[in-house]
Amino acid sequence: MKLPVSWLRAWVDVPWSERELADRLTMLGFEVESLSPAAPPFSGVVIAEIRSAEPHPQADKLRVCKVSAGGAELQIVCGAANARAGLRTALATVGATLPGDVAIRAAKLRGVESQGMLCSARELGLGDAGEGIIELPADAPVGAALRDYLRLDESLLEIAVTPNRGDAMSVLGIARELAAASGAALRSVPDPAMAAVAAANAERFPVQLEPGAGCARLASRVIRGVNNRRPVPQWLRERLERSGLRSISPVVDVTNYVLLELGQPMHAYDMSRLKSRLHARRAAPGEKLTLLEGSEVALTADVLVIADDAGPVGMAGIMGSAGSAIGDGTTDLLLEAAWFDPRVVAGRARRYGLITDASQRFERGVDPAGQERAIERATALICALAGGQAGPACLEELPAELPVRAPVELRAAQITRLLGSAVPEVEVTRKLSVLGMNVEAAGPGRWQVAPPSWRFDIVIEADLIEELARCGGLDAIAEAAPVGARIIAGSSEVRSSETSVLQRLAARGFNEAVTFGFTDPELQRKICGAIEPVRLRNPIASNLAVMRASLWPGLLLAAQENLRRQCERVRLFEIATQFHRGADGRVREQRMIAGIVAGSRLPEQWGSARAPGDFHDLKGDVAALLALTGRSAEYQFNPGATLPCLHPGRSAQIVRDGSVIGQMGELHPALVQPIDFTYAPLLFELDYQAATGNAPVHFAPVSSFPQIRRDISFTVAADETFGRIAERVSVAASTRLRELRIFDIYQGKGVEIGRKSVALGLILQDLSRTLTDADADEVVAAVCADLRSNLDARIRE
Amino acid sequence: MADLSALTAQALVQIGASESLAALDELRVHWLGKKGVLTEQLKALGGLKPAERPAAGARINAAKTELHSAIEARRTTLEQASIVQALTSGRIDVSLPGRGEATGGMHPITRVRLRIEELFRNAGYEVAEGPEVEDEFHNFEALNIPADHPARAMHDTFYLEDGLLLRTHTSPVQIRAMLSRKPPLALIAPGRVYRCDSDVSHSPMFHQVEGLLVDTDVSFANLKAVLHQFMEALFERPLAMRLRPSYFPFTEPSAEVDISCVLCDGQGCRVCKQTGWLEVAGCGMVHPNVFKACGIDSERYTGFAFGFGIERLAMLRYGVNDLRLFYDNDLRFLAQFARG
Repeated sequence: MKLPVSWLRAWVDVPWSERELADRLTMLGFEVESLSPAAPPFSGVVIAEIRSAEPHPQADKLRVCKVSAGGAELQIVCGAANARAGLRTALATVGATLPGDVAIRAAKLRGVESQGMLCSARELGLGDAGEGIIELPADAPVGAALRDYLRLDESLLEIAVTPNRGDAMSVLGIARELAAASGAALRSVPDPAMAAVAAANAERFPVQLEPGAGCARLASRVIRGVNNRRPVPQWLRERLERSGLRSISPVVDVTNYVLLELGQPMHAYDMSRLKSRLHARRAAPGEKLTLLEGSEVALTADVLVIADDAGPVGMAGIMGSAGSAIGDGTTDLLLEAAWFDPRVVAGRARRYGLITDASQRFERGVDPAGQERAIERATALICALAGGQAGPACLEELPAELPVRAPVELRAAQITRLLGSAVPEVEVTRKLSVLGMNVEAAGPGRWQVAPPSWRFDIVIEADLIEELARCGGLDAIAEAAPVGARIIAGSSEVRSSETSVLQRLAARGFNEAVTFGFTDPELQRKICGAIEPVRLRNPIASNLAVMRASLWPGLLLAAQENLRRQCERVRLFEIATQFHRGADGRVREQRMIAGIVAGSRLPEQWGSARAPGDFHDLKGDVAALLALTGRSAEYQFNPGATLPCLHPGRSAQIVRDGSVIGQMGELHPALVQPIDFTYAPLLFELDYQAATGNAPVHFAPVSSFPQIRRDISFTVAADETFGRIAERVSVAASTRLRELRIFDIYQGKGVEIGRKSVALGLILQDLSRTLTDADADEVVAAVCADLRSNLDARIRE
Repeated sequence: MADLSALTAQALVQIGASESLAALDELRVHWLGKKGVLTEQLKALGGLKPAERPAAGARINAAKTELHSAIEARRTTLEQASIVQALTSGRIDVSLPGRGEATGGMHPITRVRLRIEELFRNAGYEVAEGPEVEDEFHNFEALNIPADHPARAMHDTFYLEDGLLLRTHTSPVQIRAMLSRKPPLALIAPGRVYRCDSDVSHSPMFHQVEGLLVDTDVSFANLKAVLHQFMEALFERPLAMRLRPSYFPFTEPSAEVDISCVLCDGQGCRVCKQTGWLEVAGCGMVHPNVFKACGIDSERYTGFAFGFGIERLAMLRYGVNDLRLFYDNDLRFLAQFARG
């Protein structure tokens, strides 16, 4: 909400500078987002009258003006079409500085001397209203400084009013708060025009309120013989514009002015366009209404409308209709100031995309006692500005449907308990009373407090305690550390191992990425196949329209961006949630840890040849991660992947206890180019829960006897897996095998086609004695025999 | 028997001329080993007359001792020479870079989150979690934000097709904790949240931390103390803090938390918009309606709640000047946080 400070000061004369006033408001809970002058700085601009305006001898579009600014007549060359004799306007004299540090000097324009510049509103930073130079009223004092005349040095406040304080969305509302905070009196009639206007006749317009519809009060008044073509006076236009509204016509401006000043939205109908009677009722389903701004809306039965006998003439509290709107030619009008139940207005404006100044106030709550005052204020202003004779102010109401401000119990003990410090009893009464509350003692340390009609937010004791805290200043509450036993809080093991997961991956060269929870449906389909994604109803962009079913799309994009930025080697991981719909249609969230690597096995360095990273490099990283669980042996890597985006021959499912808990591998060759990679990156993903966590360590005894190493070398079928070989070795070598190492695999020259040569190192040890050579020979013989018979191995002697 | 002195002389020449420890060892074996020349001489003593044996034996033993000393002396010389050789020829360029994998690091948002978790854990708060897909009840209604409440305009909500939504704040974790457990409760809940808003200073996904303390006599004064201690601990410096009255439907009283600007020490700068203050959190006393929705007796228990944005704190802590950097995943940015 924007307000000129001067308007506030007209209602309450606080002894504070503008800065202090702004700070006080902020600390009262009305955050001042800005305090700025009405116009940017400029100097040397005065009011001048154009005495004559002749065509420029050399230029069609220029005029040579003789201008008076109080002293000697000046010659100014001006290009504005509205530069004409008799116009009073703004003159930047020689030596003036305009916004943007534009210095004005004497100059020759197409050979004609110009001693200054006539200014447009835009050139002075006053907005871009109107074409050409500023047109000032005929009585503007020639020679006076424009800043003084237009009061451009006055400050504007931009205040953020919280949604609970609809009562403060007006000059009156903010002034009330300032009065309570400063002790200064609130001027109930800051302007003589606020006085009631006597009726010039007895004309009334019939109004009917439908019980239960949501309109409990409607004040109305007929004004005939208005001239809505009269100019709007400078002061009114200025206040509206400085509050962020446009000046339109005397009647419309007055209704807006009253809304800003008193917080009571007003509506004016062209009476000649109304049929017989006004009704406040719910819309009939299917009823249509063409709004003031031109669009047609279909109404639903939960929308409150104002209608005449022919149909709706406005969505109550939101916007009027085009058909009954005031125009320049309107002479007879019906003014309306109503009270609509916030519950009936709330949400409708947003649903129809019509958040208006009126709807914002009605849905937060308008003072149910303010309609007569508003109608008097508006009548007085309209009659003063546009003439006309007013009928009597009329009021229809349904008293049973007006909000009841029930007294709220307040206990001193509860104040102390909630705030942590006591508020003296006299202060309780004083602070609440100045806010317009009726405070009655109800026993020692107890009160019954009835809030004023305009406060919709005071319903329970805590609301009153908040008012005490707010008005006393939250700074006044001393800090006190909480007492009471804190439990040693449980923290799941999965959670606590997060740091070690992060550190392990970091130590292996991975950086952690954070990507969005939603992703591109196209890319996701390429990665995850034709699964049914969890779709957003209102995505922010079409390429962020589905919740991620995998972290890979986000990581692929992040890797790709880095490669595009000439980063040669990318290692990224992320720990985040992915989303699926289960068979029952419900959304399942799964925390995953996933990563991507692209580029060489190691950073380019001396002393080791560059080699592209491959599946087994990444498997080393994944294994290092799984090793954190202390259960590496429980994880198996089985060939093939669950998702279609991996190379079927270079990917693995990671299985534990018979369930797939992750997968890894090389991006499918058919996807490398379509998603903009030159070489296939490698990916992994693991269910976070299943891949982390930590089993308590169970100590295993360490042998104190020496170990023996025996190497064996053999050939097997080329498609034989290390997994099977290791399984056979481990069975055959039994308990004496402490470790199995594979130190060579070779295919090619010297090895029969279709076979490969494998070299193993067996580390043998016994817990109870030193192994002899004969013991070792026995183990090796058993292993060789097993490999021969089960895997068709040919042992190389 | 060969001439012992000639043999000894020959051996000494060979020992003196040996150029390596291996060659020297071969000479030792040749002359003094089990089957060495001098050992053979000793064996041959049996062929002498008994009277001659002691003298001859003594001469042979003297020759053995002499050769043995010569070999040890030569060994020392050769060893020293090889050390000198190793020292002069084995010099390396220590300025060459070390080899192996580079180091990565955690994301700055994670860094700050873990720090926040640590600080609150130290104070006895547990770390709780909740789902990112929420329903109207947990995200709004239980938090005293009924449908059509004007405060919903403060939450630009993403909806799924089935009417569920992406949580707009971490506050629903409060509700889940209070519904599932009895007070006293002390917890924080960090996590991702979503709002459909995207510009220079808003991201459609960001991170918040919610805090909740519920006990028999928790007060606003306690809230102030906890927030102030936390902010000073996080930024590792004394800070001024002020609370401005505000409004959140789920707390009453409610306040916004400002700290003195950590970049200009409250003097006024671009980041604090010349005010000297930075808005860093929202907070308040748990609203009785929220307690009611969770089956907690608000006459018996009071509580405070607070919430702040992790990105905001990370930006202030690390001087990051553009929110979007957190989601760009530019390694040149991320690598700056690759430290312990």
